[in-house]
Amino acid sequence: MSSSDALLQALLTLNRVQAQELLAAARAEHSPLEVIEHLIRPALEELGHLWEGGDCALSQIYMSGRICEELLEDLLGEVLEDDPPAPENAPPRLAIAVLEDYHLLGKQIVRTVLRAAGYQVRDYGRQDVETLVELVRSDGIEVLLISTLMLPAALRVRVLIERLRAVTPNVRIVVGGAPYRFDDQLWREVGADAVGLSAGDILAILERLEVKP
Amino acid sequence: MTIPNQEGSLPSASASDRPVAPMTSMQRVLAALGQREPDRVPLFLFPVMQGARELGLSIEDYFARPEQVAEGQWRLRAKLGHDCLYNFHYAAIEIEAWGGSTLFRADGPPNAGAPIVRDPEDIRRLSVPRIEDSPSLQRVLTATRLMAEQARGEVPIIGVVMSPFSLPVMQLGFERYLILMHERPDLFERLMQLNERFCVDWANAQVEAGANAICYFDPVSSTTITTRELFLATGREVARRTLAQIKAPAAMHFASGRILPRVPDLLDTGAAVIGVSSHEDLGALKRAAQGRLSLLGNLNGIAMRHWTPEQVESAVRDAIRAAGRGGGFILADNHGEIPWQVPDAVLMAISQAVARWGRYPLADDHIL
Repeated sequence: MSSSDALLQALLTLNRVQAQELLAAARAEHSPLEVIEHLIRPALEELGHLWEGGDCALSQIYMSGRICEELLEDLLGEVLEDDPPAPENAPPRLAIAVLEDYHLLGKQIVRTVLRAAGYQVRDYGRQDVETLVELVRSDGIEVLLISTLMLPAALRVRVLIERLRAVTPNVRIVVGGAPYRFDDQLWREVGADAVGLSAGDILAILERLEVKP
Repeated sequence: MTIPNQEGSLPSASASDRPVAPMTSMQRVLAALGQREPDRVPLFLFPVMQGARELGLSIEDYFARPEQVAEGQWRLRAKLGHDCLYNFHYAAIEIEAWGGSTLFRADGPPNAGAPIVRDPEDIRRLSVPRIEDSPSLQRVLTATRLMAEQARGEVPIIGVVMSPFSLPVMQLGFERYLILMHERPDLFERLMQLNERFCVDWANAQVEAGANAICYFDPVSSTTITTRELFLATGREVARRTLAQIKAPAAMHFASGRILPRVPDLLDTGAAVIGVSSHEDLGALKRAAQGRLSLLGNLNGIAMRHWTPEQVESAVRDAIRAAGRGGGFILADNHGEIPWQVPDAVLMAISQAVARWGRYPLADDHIL
């Protein structure tokens, strides 16, 4: 599906109408899941990489992510009609949270990328260490994604990981956020399993961790 | 503080006409900002919370009394030998004036609490806080006056404001602000009007208290966060209007955000200095600034937590080599605040490396 680039351009210019038209055209020939997989997902991944390289702005990433969320709602609605979701008591495997900050932007963008790739992700919002440990333990989370903005919160991830390992030793932690972009060893310092430098990185990381949608 | 131009009244600092006695910090900074070579590259370390460590206080207790902040700044300058005093407390102090809260922590900068604007329609009911009504801002002004008494015009005192364009990240939260910017131009404009009035009042109150220059923090205007099109229509216009009313030279600081492709768009904002990121090439920034803007930066504050003496030496030397020649450069960290976790030994090593590699004519000039 070659219109992925066209969708990318529509998203970069925040052209919601054009994005909808491209999706409608693709939908005429492909299933909803194919459209998500081959059109929306690559566009979102590329947006992340463009930002990492300094070639697009966070405002574009976030606002285009909102457009994608709308598009996904429609497509996922169609998918659910054809293919009912897993039972509600199926344990969630993937969760995302912001540690000790009110800036939820990065988390929101990553969540959109994950949804476009077919992942079900539990969104814990803003949390402190103690609450997050309990949520991860009680929900049986296998992979926890942590977003931070400030250095102290990024360092606090070390405490979080130590406490998580004590109660749920197999949980894997992926970190992201500004402090990790300014110190390429910080993720190792805090004991994380992986770091994402942009939202687009998350899918490759989950593949490496062998976590499938 | 008036920045002299090429024809200014400060002594020439060319290789053939170099002052014998060391310059004061004020002379050094003024010469650099006038695109001249002073006796050495000026160094603006921005230790903020470290004053609490000097005085054996918690960060929250330290900022509670202006006498402590002034004393902390003075001790840090004596210890580290840098070229400014910095009245910055924490970014959320402005939000306190707007009715918001601050969350203190033991190991890092205080952070803004929950946004004060939950519903964008609330912007219609916001009014500009009066500086004299805010106990928090009054503490900063008192600290500034105390610093000015000690500095006696020999050390520049740097005041701080959040730009009207970036303050809403704390007022609304980042997501709500981006949506407002794109989808509610009427409320965005109203918020800018309020914030500009507040920013000008706050900046000029600091100047009146003794600040010699204002650091205008505006990360939302960086290429990291906004597109050029959006910046030209919003952040640049806000900066132009605001900086024109501030009664002191201003540095636009992007708090680690990238700015290189946008430097030509900054030349006529009214800023004299730009604070630049460690993610960008200082030499390229210097060329882009064309001698019309001075550079402030760009040591990586987060990475320096673990710097060895050799890494300090290398980072300082590389930065000076890239941007020092001809003046127009102040060495600093790239964020405008040294992290709490950076050891004093690293900061002292930076200062020593500047003394070694920053003396004009620069070491590399001898080689060339």
